[in-house]
Order: sequence, then C-alpha cells, then structure tokens
Amino acid sequence: MNTLADACDWLTDSANWAGDDGVWHRLTQHLVLTVVCLVISCLIALPVALVLGHLGKDGALAVNISNVGRAIPTFAVLVLLLLTPIGKWREGPTVVTLVLFAVPPLLTNAYVGMREVDRDVVRASRGMGMTGRQMLWQVEVPLAMPMILNGVRIAAVQLVATATIAALAGGDGLGRTITAGFNLASTPQVVAGAVLVALFALLVEGVFEAAERLAPKRGAR
Amino acid sequence: MTAPPDDCLARNEWICGEYLSTRRDILLDAVGQHLQLTALSVLIGLALAVPLAVPARRWGWAAGPVLAVTTILYTIPSLAMFSLLLPVYGLSAALVVAGLVLYSLTLLVRNILAGLRAVPEETRQAARGMGYGPIRLLLTVELPLALPAAMAGLRIATVSAVSLATVGAIVGFGGLGNLIYSGMNTFFKAQVLTASVLCVVIAADLLLLGVQWLITPWTRAARA
Repeated sequence: MNTLADACDWLTDSANWAGDDGVWHRLTQHLVLTVVCLVISCLIALPVALVLGHLGKDGALAVNISNVGRAIPTFAVLVLLLLTPIGKWREGPTVVTLVLFAVPPLLTNAYVGMREVDRDVVRASRGMGMTGRQMLWQVEVPLAMPMILNGVRIAAVQLVATATIAALAGGDGLGRTITAGFNLASTPQVVAGAVLVALFALLVEGVFEAAERLAPKRGAR
Repeated sequence: MTAPPDDCLARNEWICGEYLSTRRDILLDAVGQHLQLTALSVLIGLALAVPLAVPARRWGWAAGPVLAVTTILYTIPSLAMFSLLLPVYGLSAALVVAGLVLYSLTLLVRNILAGLRAVPEETRQAARGMGYGPIRLLLTVELPLALPAAMAGLRIATVSAVSLATVGAIVGFGGLGNLIYSGMNTFFKAQVLTASVLCVVIAADLLLLGVQWLITPWTRAARA
C-alpha cells in the first residue's frame, strides 16, 4: 500500500504535470494518437465491412481476420516497422501498427452486425422497390448500428491500451511516463503512469457506455 | 588487423542463416521461456475461471459483478498491468505470468459462462429427474456440454497470451520479446525478424492444434 501512497504523491505533485515530459503533454499526445488512429481505422474497415455485409460475401474471411489479428504480437510489428524506412517518420510505425490492430474488431463487428439484420426486413425493403444503395443506408446500416458502434468501442479501448507499447520503441504518449519510470527505477512514477493509462482506458469505455445509454432507442419512436 | 567477415550478420540483413546457426541456443531458450510463460498463465487462468463462471451461472446476481471485474481487468493496458503488479512481484517471471493470467481470465470466464448458459433447460431437468445432485449435474452434464465454447475461449486466450508475453520484455521476462527488445536497441534486423516470425509460428501452431481438436470430436469420444 506504501507504493500506492507514493504513486499518489507523484500524481499530486504539480511538477510532474508540467513541461514536455509532464502528464498533460503525454496525455494530449496519447489522446491525439488514439483519435487519429481510430479515424483512419474506421475509414479503412467500415466501408469494406458494409460492402461485404451488404453483398453477404466472404464472411468467414472477415471473422478470421479478427482472430489472426490477436495472434500477431503488437510489439513485434512495431519494432519491425521501426527498422524499416517507415521508422524514419517519427510516428509512422506507431500509427501503422495501431491501425493494423484496430481494423480487425471494427471489421468483424460491422460485418456481423450487417449479417444479423433480419433477412425478412431486407427482403421486404427490396419488395418495396428500394435500390441497393437505399437498402444499405436506410435499412441495413441503421439496424446494424449497435454492433458497429460496439466494434468502434472495442477498437477505441484497445487503441488506448496498445498505444502505451509505442513507448517501448521510443514513441510518445502516456507509455513514456511508465518507461521513463522504469529507466529511473522510480516505482511511484511507474505505478502512477499505469494508473493514468488504466483510468484513461476505463474513461473511454465509460464514455461509449454512456453514449449507448443516452442514444435514442430505435423502435421507441 | 583482419578484415571483418563479410556475411549477412555483418551486413545486418533481415534474413540471415548465419544468425540461425550461431544463435540457436539463445533462440531455443527464448522459445522455451515463451512457451512456459504462455502455458503456465493459461492453465492458472483456467483454474481460476471455472470456479468464477460456475457461481455466475448458478446465481444470476453473481454474473454482473464477475463479468464487470474481468472486463475492467481486460481494459488495463498490458504495459500498465505489468507495471501495476511490479510492487507485488518485483522484476520476475511471476509478474509476467500474473499479468497474463488476469488477461486470459476475461476471455475464459466469458466463454465458459456462455457455454454453461447454452446448456438446454430440458437437459438439466432430465438429469435432475434421473436423480442427479447439483455437483454430479455440473460435472457430468453441464461442464462437458459447455466444453466446445470453453475450448474456443481457451484457444483465443492462448493465442493472445503468446502475443502479449512479448511485452514482458519490459521486465526482462518476455521470452522472444526479450530478443525483439534487445534487437531493437542494437538495430539487429535478423534477430527482430526471426523472433517475430517465431512468435507468429507458435501462435499459429497453437491455433491449428485447437482447430484440429475442435473438428475431430470422434477422437475424443473414442477415448472417453
């Protein structure tokens, strides 16, 4: 418990929050990194998943990609990219690695969500004379929205968590606070950094949870 | 002064047979440590997950807290998890195993619980009608029927543990992760690539093993 008290002391010391190595700066870097990677991943994964789901093709592929994604060590990919020409661009390896790991859950959830839309409803919309495009945007996507958003939530939390690993390879973000603590042999700083990242991840989870609760319920209208 | 040897190690190439032959022992040690870390943590995770999932199935009110706690554990970043456990375990292999156990717990509890919930009510009633007590019902009917779902969870947990173990390099016990970490610091391309490929090979092998187990149920039925 003494360590936790020390970590609290570290956290309440305003000197640790200011400056380039301070918590505020690291927190901002972490946030920017997460948001940028989430947006890029969504732009890549969602169109593919929606089209595949609409056409009903290659379902096994989409789901398997997700499982294969778990099997590849993030850390290994990061270091490999770091040693390639991409490594010369400061945040390059981190962004590519993180996007690579956020795409599988997005893809799988959106695809499964699209396939789980009641086939009778889809057939009915076709019977009403809707074009493929109308069916996609007015029927399938709205009905699949809960699953799609669930994928976005999983991806976001995973990004916050995985972004810390960037620090092992000299990247920016809150992981830096932890690795710097390791190098200084300062347990309070390590624990404080870990607590901050964990809280950040839980906060993201909480924000999505709240958004889901507050969102207007379909069918209630 | 003799000229440095002009082989792929000196040229720092990605793929290097020289590396494989000269560092064979180091690689084997790392693979051994990696497998040990993975196996130990998944087994401990399993030993903890079953006693957590069973009460969650039996008493509805227990499911919420059990799932909530394991999900929260899963949200904690691996680097953070290892560092949070640091004061308890110090710089040791136990620290990495403890972290990996907490991660596998989420996947295992979820899958075992889903498997137990999928046991049809009629089946349980039939067993009760035949005079099965709650313990016998659990051991001979419910758990065997929950096995496929539990195995799916076990497979995912094992594969995740293989890839997460690499982060253990931060405390010096990361199996192949140690080689990746030191290779990064010395810009040693062959070492980074070899260790990364070995990680994926281990994960893929374990994945295939699990798939084979799943698609050949008759081999198990014959033994039972």
